[in-house]
Amino acid sequence: MSGLTPSQTVGPFFSIGLDWPQANQLTGDQLIGQPLVLTGQVLDGDGQPVPDALLEIWQADASGSYPRPGSAGFSGAGRCATDADGRYVFETLKPGGVTADDGIAHAPVINLVLFARGLLTHLYTRVYFSEETAANAVDPALGCVPEARRASLLAQREGDHYRFDIRLQGEAETVFFDV
Amino acid sequence: MSRPCATVPPGIYPPNDCPAYRSSAKRAPGEAAVRIPPGPGDISGPCFGAERLRAGATDLTVNSQGGVAQGQRIVVHGRVTDQAGRPERRALIEVWQANAAGRYLHGGDQHDAPLDPCFTGAGQALTDDDGAYRFITIEPGAYPWGNHPNAWRPRHIHFSLFGQAWASRLVTQMYFEGDPLLPFDPIYMSMPDRDVRERLVARFDLENSQPDFALAYRFDIVLRGPDETPLERQL
Repeated sequence: MSGLTPSQTVGPFFSIGLDWPQANQLTGDQLIGQPLVLTGQVLDGDGQPVPDALLEIWQADASGSYPRPGSAGFSGAGRCATDADGRYVFETLKPGGVTADDGIAHAPVINLVLFARGLLTHLYTRVYFSEETAANAVDPALGCVPEARRASLLAQREGDHYRFDIRLQGEAETVFFDV
Repeated sequence: MSRPCATVPPGIYPPNDCPAYRSSAKRAPGEAAVRIPPGPGDISGPCFGAERLRAGATDLTVNSQGGVAQGQRIVVHGRVTDQAGRPERRALIEVWQANAAGRYLHGGDQHDAPLDPCFTGAGQALTDDDGAYRFITIEPGAYPWGNHPNAWRPRHIHFSLFGQAWASRLVTQMYFEGDPLLPFDPIYMSMPDRDVRERLVARFDLENSQPDFALAYRFDIVLRGPDETPLERQL
């Protein structure tokens, strides 16, 4: 066994090394599924926008399969830095629910990890969809979250997009996961 | 990967609640992370290939116009493995750093030190079949920051790594052996255990220095890998 390498903050200047063109666009002409725009704001403990956060997502395709190494088509992976107002946006496809090898059904979800100045270790959270009532009710991860806090994990449909704000601290703090 | 990652022992990934690091005050979550059974999205992960790399991205000392960066040229190399010591093959590594004067090529960096027109400070690499990687760069300078009076960040290079799984994702910083600023830096000192902190300190490596060209530092990295028994590892 070797000792795990510790984490350190991404700091304020990550765009030098982590800026990928169009990394927040996972859509393409050849892809099958329901287009989905996911957007929101990252807010600190005072409710102020966090203008220097980096978000990455990982998700299944519309049929509920996670892309495998070397496979063509939908990448399932995206990256977006917040703007001066703490806002981010991903253009992707709505993920399908996934039935795992053990037969357990997982609700449609976008896995999200957040890095920022001030965070020594990154934060994992998950974007669920408010209309997926039946699938959410039996999702094994949502079931671990106290009921009063589950609303922080539900993206809400607003017109042509889904809104998912991330509150790092304080009232209505977003649930983060130990995965 | 088709198995969950081994859990992270306490004390390795530093707690976000770190009063000595002022930026954490309004950003560290107040609630503990909720432990969940790893799902299909946690044990799989994004995979990047050579198409992700810019040409020449492992040599930070030469810019796209052929200009040569100022500063002490160094080789930074090492291996990326999982906790069981197995190589992380074709893992994407992204690095960024300040220039030799301690200045980042970034609009938010207000430090009154010169920019180097021949140095962007960005690099990328994929590990090879043995998990090995190698960059050529210049030694970054230390720089002041506003955390506390006369605060200086020790010289460091930022590293971002994708392992086999979503749960293996890591962003960290590589420091330099013998840097006198290390014990005064709240970010480095955020891990209480000295042995754990020192995993982030690259070792001077005379053997891999290049005569008449560059000094060398070695920095090995261990990512979260599948939780397997020794017997399964032999298969």
